[in-house]
Amino acid sequence: MGSFSLHASCLAQPKLPWSNDCSQNLNSLKLPALQQRGPNFGSRKASKVLAFYGLKSPPYELDALEPYMSKRLMETHWGEHHHGYVEGLNKQLEKNDILYGYTLDELVKVTYNNGNPLPEFNNAAQVWNHDFFWESMQPGGGGMPELGLLQQIEKDFGSFTNFKEKFIEAALSLFGSGWVWLVLKRREKRLEVVKTSNAVNPIVWDDIPLISLDTWEHAYYQDYKNDRGKYVNAFMNHLVSWHVATVRIIRAEAFVNLGEPKIPVA
Amino acid sequence: MALRALLTRKTLASAPRLGGAAAAASFRGLQTSSLPDLPYDYGALQPAISGEIMQLHHQKHHQAYVTNYNKALEQLHDAMGKGDAPAVVKLQSAIKFNGGGHVNHSIFWKNLAPIQEGGGEPPKGSLGWAIDDHFQSLDALVQKMNAEGAALQGSGWVWLGVDKELKKLVVETTSNQDPLVTKGPSLIPLIGIDVWEHAYYLQYKNVRPDYLKNIWKVINWKYASEVYEKECP
Repeated sequence: MGSFSLHASCLAQPKLPWSNDCSQNLNSLKLPALQQRGPNFGSRKASKVLAFYGLKSPPYELDALEPYMSKRLMETHWGEHHHGYVEGLNKQLEKNDILYGYTLDELVKVTYNNGNPLPEFNNAAQVWNHDFFWESMQPGGGGMPELGLLQQIEKDFGSFTNFKEKFIEAALSLFGSGWVWLVLKRREKRLEVVKTSNAVNPIVWDDIPLISLDTWEHAYYQDYKNDRGKYVNAFMNHLVSWHVATVRIIRAEAFVNLGEPKIPVA
Repeated sequence: MALRALLTRKTLASAPRLGGAAAAASFRGLQTSSLPDLPYDYGALQPAISGEIMQLHHQKHHQAYVTNYNKALEQLHDAMGKGDAPAVVKLQSAIKFNGGGHVNHSIFWKNLAPIQEGGGEPPKGSLGWAIDDHFQSLDALVQKMNAEGAALQGSGWVWLGVDKELKKLVVETTSNQDPLVTKGPSLIPLIGIDVWEHAYYLQYKNVRPDYLKNIWKVINWKYASEVYEKECP
């Protein structure tokens, strides 16, 4: 816009006597930016799209999970790590035509490439994982699920206590960086506790996660230092959102038949 | 080699903290490991690595690897005694992880030295020449290791090692607590840099490249040279 009008005004002004070259006029206007003529200079093409995915905010303020997850930790975890994955992903996608246009879910599955992940997988999956993780927590969380979800947990684990023990044990025995999930397995039609490494998540196997716990050290180090056990217990007792888990399993039941509907016999 | 120095036979007299279990184990001939002392104060590597990190890293993380390694070894000893093959196999990952953690960190403490004691001083002698031969310059080696360390996804280590068969220097990464030897049976570690988040988080947060840039100020090239000269005389 600005460059067009100056170009026009350049033509309108009398040329300097010692030069046939219009740019001498522009130079004398002392606007350094104009001297860099990018590839789109003078063209009416839309500028290149540079951002594909955005950083989603958690569904609560950054200090809402205190004292179990401090504001300072949330600022680093969300503001630096999660943000970094989004920026990294967008930068990688800038150079790659083939991966345009996918939803984040689709991108994660495509870049997983059946176990031989493409370089974009780490960023894409970690963006997805952190979106899912923030939503798996809430202020005033913890406690127990109710109704249908509780029944399904009791059916597949024996009791809620049993499930809780299994989940905590998985978090404590995970070597290195990774995630712990409560997952609805699509083919087996049952709930399971699953551990994954680094950025892998259950949607690459077409399963449906209900809640997740980040066990990368950056997820707890500032608040709990090396005490992963204390962190996991704080998550289970005060942070995990069974409301969200219930919504997720309700949605999942549209895709996975969890049992015969109870049709009353007349 | 270095492993022998790490394993110590615990006797009743010298094991007040570990108590009955370890003492009983030593009677059955099981050698347990113990946390090696640091040859410098926790605060001696500042400002490259903070005293708080050094203390947590040594007293909590490394200690946990030692404790869990000893526990896994005991369980392995029992399982072997009973001929319980499935249990023996099942324990392998815990031994690899915790034992690897112990081995790697024991090397790591020797890889670091306070500046007053030569930390950061470039290598001289045969290791210095070998680095110039293989990587053109010490700077180029540092850039390469920093790039590979920063790019490592998740937890792991970046190594400068020597292939004792081929007499060649190599830069490698391993994930989690896998020792360098998992990347090649003839690889001997000279310098290992821990890029697990616990190694730098409290000071550098997520900016791993800054940690990697600064750690070279306290790297103990004297130790690396000693190991190199032993393998490639």
